[in-house]
Amino acid sequence: MIVFERVSKRYPNGREALTHVSFGIESGEMVFLTGRSGAGKSTVLKLVALLERPSRGTVTVNGKSTGTLKARHIPAFRRQIGVVFQDHKLLADRPIFDNVALPLVVAGAPLKETDKRVRAALDQVGLLGKEQMLPTELSVGEQQRVGIARAVVSKPPLIIADEPTGNLDPDLSLEVMRLFRRFSDVGVTVLVATHDQHIVRELAKREIVLASGEIQGDGADPLPHVVASR
Amino acid sequence: MSLGVFGTRHVQALLGSLGRLARNPLATALTLLVIGLALALPAALSVFVIDAQMATGGFGDAIDMSVYLKSGVPLAQAQQLATDARERPGVARVTLIPADLGLQEFRKYSGFGAALDALKSNPLPTVLRVVPRRAASSAADLESLRRYFAAWPEVDTVQLDTEWVLRFNAILGVLRRLGLITAALLGAGVLAVVGNTIRLEILNRRAEIEVTKLVGGSNAFVRRPFLYTGLLYGVGGALLAWVILEAAVLILDPSVTTLAQLYGSGYSLQGPTGQVLAGLFGGGMALGWLGAWVSAHRHLRGIEPRA
Ligand SMILES: Nc1ncnc2c1ncn2[C@@H]1O[C@H](COP(=O)(O)OP(=O)(O)OP(=O)(O)O)[C@@H](O)[C@H]1O
Ligand SMILES: [Mg+2]
Repeated sequence: MIVFERVSKRYPNGREALTHVSFGIESGEMVFLTGRSGAGKSTVLKLVALLERPSRGTVTVNGKSTGTLKARHIPAFRRQIGVVFQDHKLLADRPIFDNVALPLVVAGAPLKETDKRVRAALDQVGLLGKEQMLPTELSVGEQQRVGIARAVVSKPPLIIADEPTGNLDPDLSLEVMRLFRRFSDVGVTVLVATHDQHIVRELAKREIVLASGEIQGDGADPLPHVVASR
Repeated sequence: MSLGVFGTRHVQALLGSLGRLARNPLATALTLLVIGLALALPAALSVFVIDAQMATGGFGDAIDMSVYLKSGVPLAQAQQLATDARERPGVARVTLIPADLGLQEFRKYSGFGAALDALKSNPLPTVLRVVPRRAASSAADLESLRRYFAAWPEVDTVQLDTEWVLRFNAILGVLRRLGLITAALLGAGVLAVVGNTIRLEILNRRAEIEVTKLVGGSNAFVRRPFLYTGLLYGVGGALLAWVILEAAVLILDPSVTTLAQLYGSGYSLQGPTGQVLAGLFGGGMALGWLGAWVSAHRHLRGIEPRA
């Protein structure tokens, strides 16, 4: 589903965020991306979502190389990826319903189906009944869950999440991660960047460890100190 | 995507734009006022020109020339000349006014009856009243027709009675040009106003545009509400211009009617015709849409989602 081949990313300011990064993620796999702050986790996710293009190497997502994808094909490309961001990026002046419905609206889904799917997605993150509230009327953790509902509402084959549990208490964090796992159980590919070692251990999924823009470890038994001493 | 979904999307975008405009009534009203005034001015000029043309349509018959025959041309020959004149292309009608008839009429209308009785012979010539075809009524056509008749040996003089109509038509021509120039300049103004308003709107909604693109909104999808906003500005401006025009007609009509009566005409201002209204709304919508499109095209390109 995702293939990085000797990918380097240099930002316009000259900062090289990734150096020769290679890995592959199968369809339906759930993978954690860990590493210190500044290690390049967000950069990997941005390359997958085509918010950035690689400086060198190739990034292939669902069979499409992002380096050469034409601008007019980008919207369709992004529609197959559900994205959860650190700062959840909700529209402050739109009710929760509209926020969650946005991916369906841009894809031109019928109104009835939109309504049904938005409720189902909000139900999954435990926010059913808050459709008409504004994002600012919710707690930060609730806002984060709205962001997750928006990422899953269109049932994309790939979900990428950057610190999706950053503002959630441990119980809720675990619940959100289990939600992601349920998606991967039904064949959705899930890539999550996180600091939360507790969660990574709890779910026992493959972990890719980044350090200073390079892959330090990639395995299914991912205790960082073990990886580091290999 | 089905047609129904396609329609739904457009209705959504339209309602969204409408709602947004309604939520900022003051800003919307000011923009509409500027557009309305800019559209009203050229429309007013065209209303004036069209009304004036209709008025001179009444003068259409007034464009004629009097061909005075030399005294002593017998009636039978005058009749033959009238027949010849009718065959000349560009001539619509020829009326023969024999000297006797002319004298009778002069007696009747001039009030010089007694003075005329004192004359031994009829001083009036026989006259051919020639009305040119509408299509052959330009100044040049009339001049060549005048020369043509003046060259006839039986003709004394040819008098063009209605030069003022030609002058009036020339003035209308100037006004028509002026209307076109005004329309072009103010149309460019409308483009700039709509474009700038849309630009500000785009900047205001930058975050929303980024998120929409992030979840896979196409450029067309992102652009659509702005195009509808431009279109609505055009429609609203045209409506306002219409109101301004009707109000202006209402205020001006009594004095115009009085003026026309002084010239012996029953003419009054008619207000915008269907044609003017179609131009007003068509032009307003086209300008609004175009201004929005150019602005959206230029400013949306630079907005890409960031993480
Ligand atoms: N837009 C940008 N322009 C320039 N440099 C950037 C940009 N984004 C990230 N970087 C740099 O690239 C490096 C990797 O950043 P990245 O955001 O990928 O780290 P991260 O692993 O997500 O960190 P965190 O855990 O703090 O979110 C950092 O050193 C950062 O300074
Ligand atoms: Mg990050």
